[in-house]
Amino acid sequence: MSVGEALAAFDAANPDAGGTASFLGKVRGGDGVKALELSHYEPLTLTGMEALAEQAAARFGLAGLLAWHRVGVMTPGEAIVLVAAAAPHRRAAFDAVDMVMDHLKSAAWFWKRERREDGWHWIEPRAQDRADLARWK
Amino acid sequence: MSVRILFLGPLQDLAGKQAAEVAGPLDWNGLLAVVGNEVAEQLRQERVNVACKGRVLAEKTALLAEDGDEVALLPPVSGG
Repeated sequence: MSVGEALAAFDAANPDAGGTASFLGKVRGGDGVKALELSHYEPLTLTGMEALAEQAAARFGLAGLLAWHRVGVMTPGEAIVLVAAAAPHRRAAFDAVDMVMDHLKSAAWFWKRERREDGWHWIEPRAQDRADLARWK
Repeated sequence: MSVRILFLGPLQDLAGKQAAEVAGPLDWNGLLAVVGNEVAEQLRQERVNVACKGRVLAEKTALLAEDGDEVALLPPVSGG
């Protein structure tokens, strides 16, 4: 995906918002990971993301929200996920992006595995991811 | 027609396949019986969810899938 084009289109779609915050998640390099594979279950994944977006939009009074999540095999440096929120004021935009990312990490229907020197390994959410998620309850 | 069982994420490694077709109707005990011991052991854990016809079951032991239905076995997620 072209991150620049997506953000430009999102910005153009929300001309009256006071500000936009965004987060780009990428495959981390330099710690032995050769590739990352994300899989999903579309009947649940897409409807779950739509519900999450609506929840965030209502909670933070957003003008708009963008949530993209790739599936398939990706290599270090490649984008995995892009979230952007447009709001009347900055705090709502920052918080909305933060909340949506915490949910995408450990409460959306995605499964992640990484390929290292010795093969593929499935990744489970870390305790930190669960603690991050609990902040929004 | 049959019930299609999908093994998501790490469950596909335990099952040795991504999907299986079994004759319906399929209930919870039937599911445990056809997925193999390793997957069945995972299914009994609270952290593994089951979806039928695109909806996550609030009570997975109440599963009742009929021919033509898709049953997805959902281990703990990790996105981003």
